Amino acid sequence: MSFINYSSREINCKIVYYGPGLCGKTTNLQYIYKKTNPDQKGKLISLATETERTLFFDFLPLSLGDIKGFRVRFHLYTVPGQVFYAASRKLILKGVDGVVFVADSQIERLEANMESLEDLRINLAEQGYELGKLPFILQLNKRDLPNIAPVDQMNTILNPNGIQYYEAVAMMGQGVFETLKSVAKQVLFELKKHY
Amino acid sequence: MAEYDLVMYEEEFKRIDEQLQKLYQQANAKVLFLVDKNGQLVASAGDTHNIDTTALASLTAGNIAATGGIARLLGEREFTILFHEGEKDNIHISLIGQRIILVVIFDQRSSLGLVRLRVKKASESLTRIFDEIAAKAEKERVEGRLDESPFAEISDEDIDNLFR
Repeated sequence: MSFINYSSREINCKIVYYGPGLCGKTTNLQYIYKKTNPDQKGKLISLATETERTLFFDFLPLSLGDIKGFRVRFHLYTVPGQVFYAASRKLILKGVDGVVFVADSQIERLEANMESLEDLRINLAEQGYELGKLPFILQLNKRDLPNIAPVDQMNTILNPNGIQYYEAVAMMGQGVFETLKSVAKQVLFELKKHY
Repeated sequence: MAEYDLVMYEEEFKRIDEQLQKLYQQANAKVLFLVDKNGQLVASAGDTHNIDTTALASLTAGNIAATGGIARLLGEREFTILFHEGEKDNIHISLIGQRIILVVIFDQRSSLGLVRLRVKKASESLTRIFDEIAAKAEKERVEGRLDESPFAEISDEDIDNLFR
């Protein structure tokens, strides 16, 4: 649910990075933070535990530029991936405009990916959203590791509808901006449909 | 979509700003914020110079969301007021019309009692304004389009330019 302010000529959109624990959601945001000009970003807020696991959410406001005289601002959020933070995940999805699902490519995490995706579907449905109707991008992360599942196999399992996906190594920044750009594009085009 | 987008025009913004300025004076506050429940800053009053307003808005919304989660676990619909007391500054957070969060930051020049009283009065006026905004947005949604939509002619190129 975006916020369009004609008074300050701003458009605000909310993008949520979702996925199983340790899949690299926070790493995506950290890389975006690192590579963005200081005047285009706000503070990266991380509500994390002492061991740097996300406790509630990470938040990064980005203000990349103008479209038709309107300042476009994206608010990027991550959810806590660990299973027992289910209640928090639900809260963060409130008012979401677009979702990036970060999948962990390691073979032993296939099941965790499937569970998390199902969790996403259920949590969205509870708030009246349908995953298929929302701007939604799949990121296959950690492609540099040795024990990964082939892309085809991951798509068969996680992406039966053939949505846009990107292979990524978030630690090195590979695929990070491609993913963000793609979801941002979908979000803005979705707004175009409504306004 | 589950909820409709919040669209605000100059006219409503002025009315909201008026209410905020009034509350700012009457409550002897340091800073006031209005934040959308999804964490987006709607308006502010007072000296926001040294405050990261975007981060504050997002964290406040997170705070309200978590408190709302606790409320539902306990069978309450919502806890409508949160209050945090600091050594110098205090923060009073309240929900307005289920959708907007009003944040009042104040120090020893004011008091919790005064803030509560003034917030209650201001809430009624603000609720009315936001109801009207919602009604207007709904009307436009049903009847179709806004006049000067920034999205009407948005192109791939516009979006590519954002990421250069």
